Amino acid sequence: MTGGSEPPLYAGRVPIHPRSVRGRFRRLKTGILVLAYGVYFLLPWLRWDRPAGPDQAVLFDLPGRRFYVFGLVVHPEDIFWLAGLLVIAALLLFFVTALAGRVWCGYFCFQTLWTDVYQLIERWVQGDRSARLRLEARSWDAEKLRKKGLTHLLWLAVAFATGLTFTLYWADAPQLVRDFLVGAAPFPAYATTLFLTATTYVFAGIAREQVCTYMCPYARFQGVMFDRDTLIVAYDRARGEGPKGRHRPVRGLRTRAERQAAGHGDCIDCGYCVQVCPTGIDIRDGLQYQCITCALCIDACDTIMDRLGWPRGLIRYTSESALAGSRTRILRPKVLGYGAALMVAVALLVWSVAARAPLELAVIQQRQPLYVTLSDGRIQNGYEVKLINKTGQALELVVRLAAPPGAELDLGRIRTVRLAPERMVRVIARVRQRPERAARRVRFRVEERAGRVPAVEREAPFFVPGTGG
Amino acid sequence: MSETRADRGRGAAVQTTGHAWDGDLQEFNNPLPRWWVWAFYATVLFAVVYWLFYPAWPVGEGYTKGPLNSITFEADGKTWTTHWNTRARLMRELKESPAAVRQRQYLEKVAAAGYDEILADPDMKGFAWSMAKGLFGDNCAPCHGSDGKGRIGLFPNLADDAWLWGGTVEDIETSIREGRRGFMPAFGEALGEAQLDDVAAFVLSLSGHEVDPAQAARGARIFRGDAGGCHYCHGMDGTGLKSQGAANLTDRIWTVAKVPASPSLEGKLEAVKRVVREGIRREMPAWKGRLDPVQIKLLTVYVHELGGGQ
Repeated sequence: MTGGSEPPLYAGRVPIHPRSVRGRFRRLKTGILVLAYGVYFLLPWLRWDRPAGPDQAVLFDLPGRRFYVFGLVVHPEDIFWLAGLLVIAALLLFFVTALAGRVWCGYFCFQTLWTDVYQLIERWVQGDRSARLRLEARSWDAEKLRKKGLTHLLWLAVAFATGLTFTLYWADAPQLVRDFLVGAAPFPAYATTLFLTATTYVFAGIAREQVCTYMCPYARFQGVMFDRDTLIVAYDRARGEGPKGRHRPVRGLRTRAERQAAGHGDCIDCGYCVQVCPTGIDIRDGLQYQCITCALCIDACDTIMDRLGWPRGLIRYTSESALAGSRTRILRPKVLGYGAALMVAVALLVWSVAARAPLELAVIQQRQPLYVTLSDGRIQNGYEVKLINKTGQALELVVRLAAPPGAELDLGRIRTVRLAPERMVRVIARVRQRPERAARRVRFRVEERAGRVPAVEREAPFFVPGTGG
Repeated sequence: MSETRADRGRGAAVQTTGHAWDGDLQEFNNPLPRWWVWAFYATVLFAVVYWLFYPAWPVGEGYTKGPLNSITFEADGKTWTTHWNTRARLMRELKESPAAVRQRQYLEKVAAAGYDEILADPDMKGFAWSMAKGLFGDNCAPCHGSDGKGRIGLFPNLADDAWLWGGTVEDIETSIREGRRGFMPAFGEALGEAQLDDVAAFVLSLSGHEVDPAQAARGARIFRGDAGGCHYCHGMDGTGLKSQGAANLTDRIWTVAKVPASPSLEGKLEAVKRVVREGIRREMPAWKGRLDPVQIKLLTVYVHELGGGQ
């Protein structure tokens, strides 16, 4: 916009060229990155010995309606565990955010991890910040073309590996990779890989901090969970500025004593904290919504302080309360509440998974017909007995009635039910009782011949005409 | 909203929209990121591509159909090609989807297996049960009811353990395939009113009803003698001859006389008398031309399992 007070409607992205930094938080982040990449890229290749089913440790088999997670096989009717997992993830995010701010964003988020790797590639091919700035300013010659081209090529390779690996969780990994390369994989595998390759390349290579700033909803609603006691990455303004503000270490302002006498703080305005910031902000301006608390500015400032021989912590993890001179309260009602809810959710999920039955029994009373009078005057009700074998072995099952004693169970010509691993079967059953002493509830009992799984019992209603139920 | 780096660089006062709520609440007037505009153009481009590939614009009486937008499916022995729609896709999936293939495999297995094999195997029986439920609803339920209980006087109950024409799988299959013709002559003219009373009393006594013993004895003579000749079909003991489709009169099941519906003995007697007086003439059609052998097999298993086949 030329002149006038009207601001422009649109603003282009200002490219950010973060400088590299060493330090404890960088080491921690690199460790998490290696761990996360190791798990993500290697997990589909891990084999697992199962008595029945595929030999892949983690496999989400959608057509087969089974999720295999190591020793656990999740059936469609267990899908509420997924809801439990999502509730736990949400509560964990709330809890951690209330306690320690945007830890997720800074250390664990895919966007942060993948951007980190992309920057690593960039640095490896083009050099550090100053070299990249020089390359940026240079006109397009062979050198720039080669470096830029190689960078983007490597980015695409990582993006493709990321996309392909994601699909491996949904099918047999070695088979799918072979099929993929010879063009025989199913269409969704190609579509998913293409989509994720594109999004990874665009988000981690080009959009980067724009994703956190403009797209990510978590980034925004995490702000709601902040209060004055939440852990944030902050610049100690009182120490850094002094009464007269920050100042470069020019002659006469090189030692702390000289600076304090002149009214200047410890910040030498070197700008290292700004140069390393992946979202391009100046942490010295206070808490900003762009800050993902990656803590690289702490490493940068600590490096400078160490070199000057001054105490670390001009930029540090602290809270607004602590900066204002009071104590940081960690055990706040909010933190305790999130923590309690989190514990309950985790306990419920663990209990639910641990207490799952190896043999599932459901008895559904037939409603059409509700009952039949037999030639000898007895009343007959029909049932569908659903049996699901959740063990890895074939079961030899016997269906009988546990109660009432006088009732007769008719399974036709079925004596025992042989049920293959991971299979379901529906047995048609009929129960007969004399109307004058008919029990209104019957109890089915299913036993395994060899006693390999505990017997299960399930009650079902029995309809007797003229009794209203 | 926060300020942008550009604002800070200039050191200028922050631009706001000019409104203030509650005295001091203001809104920054930051520029949009430029890629949002590109994203908008991308949606426009998407719409244009969409128009090209999908039915979009009305043209005269018709509309632009878009290429690669037809679907072919088989139905009623013919091949149809039409514009893509979910119903056509359903028709195709009924033939080609993995579930349809699995169903065909089951059908072939059931077709090859004998009744003994099917009835003793929970897996095949469960499949036959589910599959035949639909067939029964389409073909049998109009008369026998969706629950198979039929209607006293009109259509036999298939869900109980009483069988006019036999309850083995072979008998049931014959009934479905060839149909049945149930017939009992009307005795209204051959027997007088008093004799009808006697026969009715005897018939009720067979199933344990308390009736006048003298009347029942007279009725027994008619039933077992040539005056009535009932025993030719119902047998001397009244249990009925399967070959004639004659009812067993000694059990609690009534397929024609509305005995259970009458609370009083008079009513029950009248119900039996009415059947003896007017006779029975009812028919079940043969299904061999209308259902294929596998469908008849499935229905046989279903009917056998409905209440208690033999």
